[in-house]
Amino acid sequence: MIDAPSVGLVSLFLASILTSNVLLANFLGTCSFISISKDFRSSMGLGIAVTMVIGITSAVCWAVLYFVIKPLGIEYLSFIIFIIVIAGVVQMLEMIIDRFSPSLYMALGIFLPLITVNCAVLGVILFMQIRKYNFPQAVVFGFGSGAGWWLAIMLLASIRKKLDANTAVPAGLKGTGITLITIGFMAMAFVGFSGMIAVQ
Amino acid sequence: MSAAAKVSPARKIMQDGLWTNNPIFVQVLGICSTLAVTNNLRNTLIMVLGVTFATAMGSLTLSLLKDLIPRKVRMIVQVLVLSFYVIIIDIVLRAYQPAISKQLGPYVGLIITNCILMGRAEAFAASNPPGLAFLDGIANGLGYGWVLMVIATVREFLGFGSLFGIRIMGDGFTPWTIMVMAPSAFFLVALALWIANVRKARVAAAAEKAAKGGKA
Repeated sequence: MIDAPSVGLVSLFLASILTSNVLLANFLGTCSFISISKDFRSSMGLGIAVTMVIGITSAVCWAVLYFVIKPLGIEYLSFIIFIIVIAGVVQMLEMIIDRFSPSLYMALGIFLPLITVNCAVLGVILFMQIRKYNFPQAVVFGFGSGAGWWLAIMLLASIRKKLDANTAVPAGLKGTGITLITIGFMAMAFVGFSGMIAVQ
Repeated sequence: MSAAAKVSPARKIMQDGLWTNNPIFVQVLGICSTLAVTNNLRNTLIMVLGVTFATAMGSLTLSLLKDLIPRKVRMIVQVLVLSFYVIIIDIVLRAYQPAISKQLGPYVGLIITNCILMGRAEAFAASNPPGLAFLDGIANGLGYGWVLMVIATVREFLGFGSLFGIRIMGDGFTPWTIMVMAPSAFFLVALALWIANVRKARVAAAAEKAAKGGKA
């Protein structure tokens, strides 16, 4: 049905976490990344939520893409359809979590609805469409990318815990400025992984 | 009568978007989808024009519709209107510039989730007349655009030794590989932010000094 790239699932998973990290290599989801990473606990909550949402939406969107959009020939509407699917999945996930685990629901709080406009989610789905992944690849790529985002935000939140207390930072760079520089260094560190797994 | 009171609303909107409330300097909004293409001036220009077009037209449309949209579904209507304009950009690019469209890949579609679009729709277009909302969209798009163009100029010049794909440096020039890769974009945005903050602090300090001098 589709000529999926021949990529092993394990290497795809590792590649989406390390070598082509959605945040550090593709700049996706930077806005919420910078504002939320101030707080360690919130970062944890958002990281879990993003991983779940990206994993589930990439599976659902794969099915929608190959069973609805392609047969009907309405590729030009795919952006709108993907956005609606993401909003729907987020809403459903919110209701399910609220029903079965009120404590997790409280912990995730406002982060769930915010994910609808997180560019990492739509970005992963568009990559999945462009690279023509098959179903298992799409799911692995989705969860891997989410986990990569989660890893990145936890790392940054830990660094910022120490950094924000540091008074040696110049006044003009405080807050966002120094955070961006820190992300730059993290991105450089992750570039070091690129020789290990050469999978796009 | 202070000078600020005499400035017309249109002028103030332009000033706010381009400098005072520049979306990048003030909140680092919307950099996600565009930083990825800033190692190439031509792609950056196209992305910036796309964002400006989508923000301006989206703000205009949403300002016209603001009394018709029920509050409960406002967000989803905003997203749908904005994605409509992004689809137009995508189709036009695919038809007239297929090579660039391929290079930009998913980033054209990602204009939908660019925070500037939703931000302006929510903060300005929802409570202002259509003409001003359109202008506000243009101002914010351009304010965001000039910063990214500066960053792209630095990255393409140092990373490839060229501008708009035309080689400027001779063969002896060693390209800075880091400028082509992701980390440099973060560093350059931080640098731009730093310069803007220092300038703003200086202007504020000068204004304070002038006010004190006036009193004495």
